[in-house]
Amino acid sequence: MEYQLSGILSSYKGDQGELIPILQRVQAEYGYLPEEAMAKVAEFCGVAESKVFSIASFYSQFRFVPLGRTRVTVCRGTACHVRGAPQILDEMKRQLRIEEGETTPDLEYSLETVACIGCCALAPCLVINGKVESKMTPKKVKELLTKGEQDEL
Amino acid sequence: MNFEKVKRDAKKKREALRQSKKPLILIGTATCGRSAGALDVVKVFSQELEGRNIEAEIIETGCLGLCYAEPVVCIAKPGRPSIWYRNVSPERAKEIVDGYLVNDNLLADYALGSTEGSVEGVPCLFDLPALKPQVRRVLWNCGFIDPRDIDHYIASGGYEALEKAVLEMKPDSVISEVKRSGLRGLGGAGFPTGRKWEACRRASDDEKYVICNADEGDPGAFQDRSVLEGDPHSVLEGMTIAGYAVGAKRGYVYVRAEYPVAVKYLETALAQAREKGVLGENILGSDFSFDIGIFQGAGAFVCGESTALTLSIEGNRGMPKPLPRPRTTEVGLWGNPTLLNNVKTFANIRWIINKGADWFAGVGTDKSKGTAMFSLAGKIANCGLIEVPMGITLREIVYDIGGGIPGGKCFKAVQTGGPSGGCLPASLLDTPVDFDTLTAAGSMMGSGGMVAVDEDTCMVDMARYFLDFTQKETCRQCSLCTLGTLQMLEILKAITEGKGRPEDIDLLLELGEAIKIGSICGLGQSAPNPVLSTIRYFREEYEAHIYERKCPARVCKALISYRILPDKCRACLICLRECPVGAISGAKKQVHVIDQKQCIRCGVCLSVCPDRFRAVECVPGQLAEVQR
Repeated sequence: MEYQLSGILSSYKGDQGELIPILQRVQAEYGYLPEEAMAKVAEFCGVAESKVFSIASFYSQFRFVPLGRTRVTVCRGTACHVRGAPQILDEMKRQLRIEEGETTPDLEYSLETVACIGCCALAPCLVINGKVESKMTPKKVKELLTKGEQDEL
Repeated sequence: MNFEKVKRDAKKKREALRQSKKPLILIGTATCGRSAGALDVVKVFSQELEGRNIEAEIIETGCLGLCYAEPVVCIAKPGRPSIWYRNVSPERAKEIVDGYLVNDNLLADYALGSTEGSVEGVPCLFDLPALKPQVRRVLWNCGFIDPRDIDHYIASGGYEALEKAVLEMKPDSVISEVKRSGLRGLGGAGFPTGRKWEACRRASDDEKYVICNADEGDPGAFQDRSVLEGDPHSVLEGMTIAGYAVGAKRGYVYVRAEYPVAVKYLETALAQAREKGVLGENILGSDFSFDIGIFQGAGAFVCGESTALTLSIEGNRGMPKPLPRPRTTEVGLWGNPTLLNNVKTFANIRWIINKGADWFAGVGTDKSKGTAMFSLAGKIANCGLIEVPMGITLREIVYDIGGGIPGGKCFKAVQTGGPSGGCLPASLLDTPVDFDTLTAAGSMMGSGGMVAVDEDTCMVDMARYFLDFTQKETCRQCSLCTLGTLQMLEILKAITEGKGRPEDIDLLLELGEAIKIGSICGLGQSAPNPVLSTIRYFREEYEAHIYERKCPARVCKALISYRILPDKCRACLICLRECPVGAISGAKKQVHVIDQKQCIRCGVCLSVCPDRFRAVECVPGQLAEVQR
């Protein structure tokens, strides 16, 4: 696959200070940071490829593998934790048969956690394709996934 | 653009809204409202208005702070009291349209309160126990104005402090007013704001920066997000005044990429501020120019530290600079003097300039002036965002504002300051809350997360949780922070897995003290706090895990068991079918039994057992053999 970054890069000057915003744009476009794209960013900003990788690997926002079509992010904030987030994450792992940070082999689901989405009053929460689901229970996890499948049919 | 005209127009627009015959519908659509379904509620109201030809205006506002009541909707009808409704579902929204919007039925059962005093069975909103003890300064506009319309902010006196500072005051007098107010940095450390500004002003350099730290990575804290989503201009105004005072031309808001709504609202606010001439070239016609950009943090907790934050904007890994490091006010972003303050600190500035340092210092304690904001969450009835005078007691926060612990459970502790703070037990509930008392008690103000926990929360697990967090977030630079927290985490894991050894508690204490001394930044220096404070106040829980192999709070899976009470089991087959590992045996009319060897302690049986039976119970300790 050829990664056409010219559209993204044209709005930047190529300063090192733009590295993180550029990588954010690339990831928004492709869902992850393909190796080839990172190399192009390095060339554009005039830095070594290792520099780009050192940044991308430091910040938790960046991913090196593609995302699933449905993106599940379980909040592991304190309020969620004391209200049962570990059980939600366990149930999600059990239902999807993947671990945190993984994508199902059919690229349907990916499972991530986030330090806190700041919806502490409605804990425990998770985000499924950008929509926050609040006051989760293990039972609601199953319902949510079945509902997602039905919506697609 | 002439600011007098801008103000006149904004006020005219507000008067027109107030005098209009059309009712106003205020709906809180900040992130917390959205996660409770506020956008669906907006949709229902627009459909109802359109479908039934009702003349009314919908205004989307930020968060009022009463997160437990989300989605919150206010109906302001001309000539009638404005009623605030709680937990408005799409169905309830339709009832409200029928009840109060079209007719005159207040629907007191759904009402939170009224902003026009108590009426017809509806209490005054500000007399609610959750609101009455609060002093709302930073939150003044939150929930009442449209954060995406600068006119709302200007009509409520917005940008008048900037006008006064830039047109009537010298930079030095702005700084001395901030100094005199006693305002301390609300990002957690509590450094005197005025002194920081002064240091940055004195630094001799043409190029200076002002940065707003909105990298609220502390799990359990959401007040920076709420302020940015509810009243972004109050932060931009504070930053611009700071730019004028220290002599900077450029500012950045460093905001977490995980806060997409806040980022979007900020973008809107910046564009509108430039358009009105309160940001950009020659602000308000003066020769002062200042502009602000947004930098989205890419998800690293350590970037809340000042040197890590500036490195990150420069396009580097956010690893704090080694000691001795220069102050950011002298050598900051791109090597230039940089003023870094938190969202709430900037949001307080306009009050100090408008009302004066004495007025500001009229609230608070001897050494901590003004208000403190907390994100109140966890096992508490009224979760939400609160702003209280410094010096209020934890008891008032937990019981008066927070409404106590739900479900008839017992209060156990309150955790403040997130991964850098500690857990304070019931015996310290009468501690007045300010920067210094919290630190003395082994916790800290931190970024303002306040999580209440009850008897069902295991303090060892809580400590493990925070260490797990810091272990993931350490920048891996200092060995004591990197490896020391890993060792502490391994020990805590072992204790929660029933493999604790008697010497572990002393080892944790020793490691904790060493990490505090041997780390170069605040992350490492405060990382052991959750462990040290739980050992200090809840040592007996550690001992129960280690010596009795029991988790008294029934949380740690290796140290609990589930069992079915034979006299209560009605052999309904529900738990048997739902058990993910088939550990439950039994049949119709045959009492069910859990095989303890197969059981993975997921708790599904307990959650599915019908309330009318309540036949499954969770007990501390391991049931050695198959129950019979």
